Amino acid sequence: MNASLISLEIGVVGLGLVLLLADFWMPAERRRFLAYGAIAALGVLLVTNLGDCATGTAFNGMFVEDGLAIFFKRFFLVAAILVLFMSAEFSDPGCAGGFAEAGRIASGISEYYSLIVFALSGMLFAASANNFAMLFVSIELITVTFYVLTSFQRGRLVSLEAGVKYLILGALSSAFMVYGIALVWGTTGKLNFNELASVAGQFTGNKIFLLGVVLVLVGLGFKIAAFPFQIWAPDVYQGAPTPTTAFLAVGSKAAGFVLLLRVLFTAIPGVTAHWANPLIIISGITILYGNLCAVPQQNLKRLLGYSSIAHAGYLLLGVAALSASGQAAILYYLSGYLFTVLGAFTVICLVLRHLDREDISALAGLNQRSPLLATTMTLAMVSLAGIPPMAGFFGKFLLLKAVLEQGATNPGYYCLAFTALAGVVISLYYYFGVIRSIYWSKDAPADLSPILLSGPAKVTIAICIAGMFWIGLFPNPMLSLATTAVKALAR
Amino acid sequence: MSILTYIFGWPLLAALVLVLVPRNYRVIIRAVALLATFVPMVLAIKMFCQFVPNMIGYQFEQQIPWVESLGISYHVGVDGLNVGLILMGAIVAFAAACCAWEIKEREKEFYILLLVMSGGILGAFASLDLFFFYFLHELALVPTFIMIGVWGRGERKNYATFQITLYLSIGALIALIGLIALYVQSGANTFDIPKLTEYVQAHPLAAHSQNFIFPLLLFGFGILVSLWPFHTWAPLGYGSAPSPTAMLHAGVLKKFGLYGLIRIALPLMPQAAQHWMQILAWLCLGNILYVGWVAMRQRNLNRLIGNSSVAHMGFVFLGIASLNLIGVTGAVVIMIAHGFLASLTFGLSGYIYRQTGTLEMGELGGLARKLPFIGTALLMAALAGCGLPGFANFVGEVTVFFGAWKAFPLVTGLALWGALMIGALYMLRAMRNVLHGPMPEKWSGIPDAAHVWRKLPYALLLASLLIFGCFPRLLTEKIMPDAEKIVNLAAPTKAAYKMVVQVDFSEIRNPKSEIRN
Repeated sequence: MNASLISLEIGVVGLGLVLLLADFWMPAERRRFLAYGAIAALGVLLVTNLGDCATGTAFNGMFVEDGLAIFFKRFFLVAAILVLFMSAEFSDPGCAGGFAEAGRIASGISEYYSLIVFALSGMLFAASANNFAMLFVSIELITVTFYVLTSFQRGRLVSLEAGVKYLILGALSSAFMVYGIALVWGTTGKLNFNELASVAGQFTGNKIFLLGVVLVLVGLGFKIAAFPFQIWAPDVYQGAPTPTTAFLAVGSKAAGFVLLLRVLFTAIPGVTAHWANPLIIISGITILYGNLCAVPQQNLKRLLGYSSIAHAGYLLLGVAALSASGQAAILYYLSGYLFTVLGAFTVICLVLRHLDREDISALAGLNQRSPLLATTMTLAMVSLAGIPPMAGFFGKFLLLKAVLEQGATNPGYYCLAFTALAGVVISLYYYFGVIRSIYWSKDAPADLSPILLSGPAKVTIAICIAGMFWIGLFPNPMLSLATTAVKALAR
Repeated sequence: MSILTYIFGWPLLAALVLVLVPRNYRVIIRAVALLATFVPMVLAIKMFCQFVPNMIGYQFEQQIPWVESLGISYHVGVDGLNVGLILMGAIVAFAAACCAWEIKEREKEFYILLLVMSGGILGAFASLDLFFFYFLHELALVPTFIMIGVWGRGERKNYATFQITLYLSIGALIALIGLIALYVQSGANTFDIPKLTEYVQAHPLAAHSQNFIFPLLLFGFGILVSLWPFHTWAPLGYGSAPSPTAMLHAGVLKKFGLYGLIRIALPLMPQAAQHWMQILAWLCLGNILYVGWVAMRQRNLNRLIGNSSVAHMGFVFLGIASLNLIGVTGAVVIMIAHGFLASLTFGLSGYIYRQTGTLEMGELGGLARKLPFIGTALLMAALAGCGLPGFANFVGEVTVFFGAWKAFPLVTGLALWGALMIGALYMLRAMRNVLHGPMPEKWSGIPDAAHVWRKLPYALLLASLLIFGCFPRLLTEKIMPDAEKIVNLAAPTKAAYKMVVQVDFSEIRNPKSEIRN
């Protein structure tokens, strides 16, 4: 056993505990500095993790540290750091102008930080899961933490409603998943992905085994909000506190994808090879559903909820392609998506934190109130819509390329490419709607007071903008990272 | 650094600089925009003069690897096909920046978008890499939508924005799928156009892939160029666009699709091209006859110009469809000539709209008396649009007809009728309504283009039309050797046509190619 491999996870869990304990002796008005402490600690962990990391397995192969795991661990650390910045702003009563919304968080803020850190540790374990038991435990660690994070604003009905919805549907999908794991184990006697891969060939005709796999995928489909398990996403995105929504959109979705990749391409590659058509259909419907439902939305967070469903569909293009270039495209797209979505949510968090409504119209006049925030939101929308030179364009380009590469084997891939194209065109409508309401809103904005930004908020925004441009304009480093990372899948 | 990088890099860089300039420094913003389009224009003229015709390979080349694993590199260079287009694009971009004085609100954003649009499209024409070719065009396309949506005019502005966004995004994305499919199916693992062309020459694409990819490119690019029946976005879109946007889009951006067809679709997929060109020839009649007819019925000057610009695209398609040296050369000449012409007419109609607040031809009349300069320029533009000798359009159209006659005699006959009769009819009728006849009392006070600065863009565009109309050899001697390469790749059997036609039409005769034959 090689316990040093999990030093990062130990560090993160330890940090979460320290944050909980710090609550005892930290005066309430200084608690937002806990977030900066946590950010600093995560930053140190990220930097120490940047070099060449030891690879190998621990706990009898349950835990694997390989290229893919390292890629996603860095991804989750960056996401958590940006989300912590955002939550420090969200909860800060000094800037909140009466903090009607942030009130609850202001009182229990260190728990909020530590829950984010615990969710992060779940994601880190998910990145390394190489065993169905480990998969289930890490998923539960993420999901249970998110139940609390979602309903953290106890005073707001929508937050509680979102928490309850997430809890019920999440518990349901966990039940499906654990049932599926039981069926897989019952038929094959294996839980480890690599061992399963060596015997799965004998079970491709076994209906009970296939049912088990499908049930596991149901649970993962819930995490990534793919059709037909996407029902929860808009409500939860709308109701949850904004930093939670952001972490849900980026961290939780990416965790779902890394597990999906491991299950499909490491544990049961022989079965997956026959599933091109169902994957194509799910991907296509997810894209269309997310984009079409986003069109009439007025609430900004709900709109991003639907758009995140659509983006899950785009990411599934890479899964459906069943190729290494498709998997690399997923990793690349996710890294662009990380900066884009966190940039958008940071703006929402800063602009709307003292408003009850989160309508798109609340952005009216933002270019006069804060040009920096207006620019960030515009760039994020442009990147989500996949317009050059932002990160989203090259990501979509890679995904489409991966799909079209397979076109010769199955004409369904061409249909999928055209579906994605239709989705992109539809999405232009609502993304431009957001930009239009920032710069050229019809109804005169009620409030034109400038928005003051704290130093850390500016840092967050600068990181997000730099990330969007860097990944869009210099794709080479990220692409080679992604390409090396996915080599781990085909062991 | 290649001169091409500077030509399209300056506007993009200036756009970034303008982001940092406070919005109330209006003079500085305008000066930066003018300078950032003037310098590329001078550079483009310099490049055009330095260009050596009939050289093997590309000139002013520069290549920097960007994503090695996918074979994407930043690769710019010119040959005869795009050297004239870049010159035209740079001149039009400067003229459009000059005409942007009519924008009075949110100037900063307008100039930023205008510069992004100019830089993007010049870069797309200079690019020899499929990825950047598309990437830079998309960069130029998106500002168009925003500019029409925000600074557009007329009651149907929102509808027009919606329609043009939908049409052009779909067209661009269909072309993107076609380009990616081309990359994937060729197996060359490179986006570099020269390398790809070489590879495909040695390992031709399978017939079924050609038949799948070619229509994607034809209709994807076709939508961008307003190929009938996908043209309906154009008249309304141009009618609603602010004039600098209409100038740049109708003049330059629209030629992207045509250039893509000539540069990529024809040489890489010759078999499919042979087959689809029969269909394209008939579709282009839709542009020439049907849209010409529609133009006759227009009451709004801008709609009429929009329709006529769609109709002119039909001649280019006819030249491409003929798949022989004369036709393709003529097509490129029309692309350049029409770029000047379309931006000139949209610029002039923009001036009239600015002064009168309307472009309904029923309300206008007799303006030539009050607007001697603008009126004369508009009349000359209209004559150029009818294909009067002395203007560059005549050279292109007549060349296309010579080229197309051999391939499609019936289509050419009908198209000629459209060019001579319909074109002259609607153009001259519009000029009579706008410039001559009784002048309504309310227009008695409107001023002509007052000083040199106001006249400059129109004078520049008119001069370009006349120079290339009187000395077409400046263009054709550059275009022909490279058009010949394309035609040889696309339709080896048809290359023989050129001898006969060259004797007929001594103006564009090229001694070097005669010797080779």
